[in-house]
Amino acid sequence: MSVFINKDTKVIVQGITGSTALFHTKQMLEYGTQIVGGTSPGKGGMEVEGVPVFNTVKDAVEATGAVASVIYVPAPFAADAIIEAVDADLDLAICITEHIPVLDMVKVKRYMEGKKTRLVGPNCPGVITPDECKIGIMPGYIHTKGHVGVVSRSGTLTYEAVHQLTTAGLGQTTAVGIGGDPVNGTNFIDVLKAFNEDPETYAVIMIGEIGGTAEEEAAEWVKANMTKPVVGFIGGRTAPAGKRMGHAGAIISGGKGTADEKIRVMNECGIKVADTPSVMGETLIGVLKEQGLYEKCKTH
Amino acid sequence: MNIHEYQGKEILRQYGVAVPNGKVAFTVEEAVEAAKELGTQVCVVKAQIHAGGRGKAGGVKVAKNLEEVRTYASEILGKTLVTHQTGPEGKEVKRLLIEEGCDIKKEYYVGLVLDRATSKVVLMASEEGGTEIEEVAEKSPEKIFKEEIDPVIGLQPFQARRIAFNINIPKELINQAVKFMTALYTAYIEKDCSIAEINPLVVTGDGKVMALDAKLNFDSNALYRQKEVLAYRDLEEEDAKEIEASKYDLSYVSLDGNIGCMVNGAGLAMSTMDIIKHYSGDPANFLDVGGGATAEKVTEAFKIILSDPNVKGIFVNIFGGIMKCDVIAEGVVEAAKQVGLSVPLVVRLEGTNVDLGKKILAESSIDIIAAESMADGAQKIVSLVK
Repeated sequence: MSVFINKDTKVIVQGITGSTALFHTKQMLEYGTQIVGGTSPGKGGMEVEGVPVFNTVKDAVEATGAVASVIYVPAPFAADAIIEAVDADLDLAICITEHIPVLDMVKVKRYMEGKKTRLVGPNCPGVITPDECKIGIMPGYIHTKGHVGVVSRSGTLTYEAVHQLTTAGLGQTTAVGIGGDPVNGTNFIDVLKAFNEDPETYAVIMIGEIGGTAEEEAAEWVKANMTKPVVGFIGGRTAPAGKRMGHAGAIISGGKGTADEKIRVMNECGIKVADTPSVMGETLIGVLKEQGLYEKCKTH
Repeated sequence: MNIHEYQGKEILRQYGVAVPNGKVAFTVEEAVEAAKELGTQVCVVKAQIHAGGRGKAGGVKVAKNLEEVRTYASEILGKTLVTHQTGPEGKEVKRLLIEEGCDIKKEYYVGLVLDRATSKVVLMASEEGGTEIEEVAEKSPEKIFKEEIDPVIGLQPFQARRIAFNINIPKELINQAVKFMTALYTAYIEKDCSIAEINPLVVTGDGKVMALDAKLNFDSNALYRQKEVLAYRDLEEEDAKEIEASKYDLSYVSLDGNIGCMVNGAGLAMSTMDIIKHYSGDPANFLDVGGGATAEKVTEAFKIILSDPNVKGIFVNIFGGIMKCDVIAEGVVEAAKQVGLSVPLVVRLEGTNVDLGKKILAESSIDIIAAESMADGAQKIVSLVK
């Protein structure tokens, strides 16, 4: 089992003819992901990487039976692309694009209310279920199949965590990058819930960063509901206040959103927080050993 | 992106938000001329810098005649103001706003901001104007009122009315206040603001509702469709290295330390700073080269890092995903060739095309210290700069 995606997930690539999309379409196909089509307005009828291209998402879905899409469309047009995916009733839309104007996302979120589509991102690395399905831009080779769930606001920190797990012999069920924007689709709690309900997931690593209060809310949820151990990491402990640290959402404003506050709440809620990004894996192993879950999680 | 108060007021005026008459002045003579043109008895001389707390730092003075305008203008222009938002080095005043004085009956706070928890824009207001809203939120949260705005229908008159009544705007001025807030919301949306803060909003002796101060910030991701806003950018208010970095779409923040960092991904870049600090080093910057970086961009990033005279060593920490390790490696080699590397360079590469990247570095003639992990790299660079 896994969350959100598996070997049967049929995926289309929105904006498939762009150079980044092409590179990653190839990588996803090599990983074994079922990329069944792509869209690029005006290029319908073409074929790239052996994948048929359609003018609209609706056409692509009708022709291929896709249930998920991954979006590489440039920022000025990305909100429209997400809405098109939602309109086509896809189960899942994963938006990789960064730098989408935040007011565009405010409208997208409002449009999505009551719709069936789950949005992951934007400004995220995507979702991967090792050995089954990779949707996004993460390097596939660092992942191994197993029992640890990973959820993160940062792409590269997700890779860092996964790499440490794999090196330590701990495979992953699914790794989900929820993205670094202030307005995003799926949040920490949505993913934690899914991991909690997934019988194959025995433990979770949750990676946050400065800005907002999503980590605090997730920690409270963990304390009240989670039956599996969660360890964490927060990036930006040394970030100066009032400065946007790359991600649109990573900013300490009005004294709110500091790493120290997040770590304090997470600790209070029973989430052990790694001191440095280099020991995320070690910290999890420590907790697994304490709870007698280490042998169960060890996959290789 | 930030702009000056007078620029914010220019934008608000276009949307029909009531603001006092005023003019910008770059010299003392222009200040006196502006005061003459305004023709009011009392004038306010206001320092224009991209930071709050100007009043307390002596950057806002009330002048009762033209002589006083001259005195205050010469006093404030060229002065370095140190406020809680400028940092200890302060900011030099290069522009003034000369504004008509007004008879303030009462000060309020009105602001629009994105609420991340609900993904909606929220109108916030308080009867406690003039003080910082964070302070009010701490001491008397019951005095802050909020209205969540549905992006489909926008701010509704009843919401603006409810806020106006809640913060005790005089009954006869409620309609003016509603008009004010509605116009402010339209400006916020149409100009892609990230913050629109009016502190204080004032009610005057002659029965007007006006914005005495205006702080407008803009979503930098939306500037491509906000040419007019972009024209307001004041490069003198920004760090030279940050400006250079923005030309190449690099996300760079200057810091005080001596270890230059080049990282891909914001989270990893922040954590790289954290881990350097953890091993008792001091990062000179935050730098995220982003996902779509080319070798040319990486070269520019390297030059920007090296243009900081404090930098005594560089740590390149890359976990390739969308960013390919060979691109980083090519950029590093090219930059080292172009600028002549004189400080130690520690490189940690992992991720997409890692073998190709390592090969490019190994085959180059540059002196590179390879790191096995993030912790290894951080420890190495910290010991090398000591």
